[in-house]
Amino acid sequence: MSATVPVRITVNGASHQLDVEPRRLLVHALREELGLTGTHVGCDTSSCGACTIHLDGVAVKSCTVLAVQCDGREVTTIEGLGSTDDLHPMQEAFWEHHGLQCGYCTPGMIMAGVDLLNRTSQPSESEIRHAIEGNLCRCTGYHNIVKAIQAASGQQTEATSQARDEVQA
Amino acid sequence: MIPTEFDYAAPESLDDALWLLGEGGEETRLLAGGHSLIPLMKLRVVVPTKLVDLRKVPGLDGMQREDGSWRIGAMTVHSELEHHPDLGLLSRAASTIADPQVRHCGTIGGSLAHGDPASDLPAVLLAAGGSVSAQGSGGPRTIEAADLFKDYMTTSVAPDEVITAVHVPALDGYGYGYQKFNRRAEDWAMVAVCALVYARDGVCEDVRVGLTHMASTPLRATAVEEALRGQPLYAGSIAEAAERAADATNPPGDLNATPAYKRHLARVLCQRALTEAAGLS
Repeated sequence: MSATVPVRITVNGASHQLDVEPRRLLVHALREELGLTGTHVGCDTSSCGACTIHLDGVAVKSCTVLAVQCDGREVTTIEGLGSTDDLHPMQEAFWEHHGLQCGYCTPGMIMAGVDLLNRTSQPSESEIRHAIEGNLCRCTGYHNIVKAIQAASGQQTEATSQARDEVQA
Repeated sequence: MIPTEFDYAAPESLDDALWLLGEGGEETRLLAGGHSLIPLMKLRVVVPTKLVDLRKVPGLDGMQREDGSWRIGAMTVHSELEHHPDLGLLSRAASTIADPQVRHCGTIGGSLAHGDPASDLPAVLLAAGGSVSAQGSGGPRTIEAADLFKDYMTTSVAPDEVITAVHVPALDGYGYGYQKFNRRAEDWAMVAVCALVYARDGVCEDVRVGLTHMASTPLRATAVEEALRGQPLYAGSIAEAAERAADATNPPGDLNATPAYKRHLARVLCQRALTEAAGLS
């Protein structure tokens, strides 16, 4: 039963031909076959959001998607957003605003944050908090994550205005 | 957690999907958004031998208004319902399902076919008096919401049938309210109550109330509806009617809520949902 099935998935702009068992989860195909280990497996029950990637431009949890469902579709992972030398504005904002401690939830948080700004360019704090309801962080208490997403949207946060005042003083 | 082995097909027509469904036997399952099915497969609670993925089947998407009713393709995802400007209660309830990532995948047809009494959309379809179109080897048929939900995760959709579309009356002029109680966004409702109210000159001309997770199926709170229909709408009449929200219910207890606590929640949430629907909040 269940021979492998050929699938063609575009990941971070590059087309990949994979032979996968139908039961292969997208997160495992990304991590184990393509070596893209930036996407994490957290709860493995579609609760924690550590495995969040973009499928055809919207955030989904890759632990609850089969690789065969992605045949002919486009995936973006954290590795596709920016590089160490050229961070995506959301990555830059997480760094600047200390939006992480252990970093386990961070790739998923960043992919969820980018997804929000794709839909709503200037979200309120409440909209940001609702948008990351599907991403759990056990370190930060979310405060700096919310600030980072707000900053990435180009909105001044309390922290950035304070920092600027201090520099000017 | 990894599902057991299964075969997979992604047919490109409804006829092919129906053929595959008929040919595959009892353990063949339809795959829509997969956000109820795949978690159950990972837990090996559901062990299908074959999945028939509906994502390439044409005609299962889109939303159109026809004769005072919305026709919603079965593969429409929750986020499309959430962001639609004219769907009222359906949009509101869809916006509370889990989180954005889940709403990008889960579908209205999949959710209704799954028939989980703790999920949001079944009670909304029941309260609105909607229906689904299903197609099987015997041809197309319409199943009214009142005949759809038979028992816990059991619907009257036959194993060889596919839900193709959902029909929801537009109910123009009705106010609506939706109140759900859960601990975290991803959790199912301990109890949820949806309310639709049509008022004229301060009098309740029509009211529909749906209850989520108060039984093995979604329910209509008929005692509340009877108490409020024809009555003047104000805080007192709403409170009195909402007291009857748990009448004739026998809710299942679980780790989150005892039956007594669920009955309490139903009364409180019903009062809030009616207040919201009547525009009095």
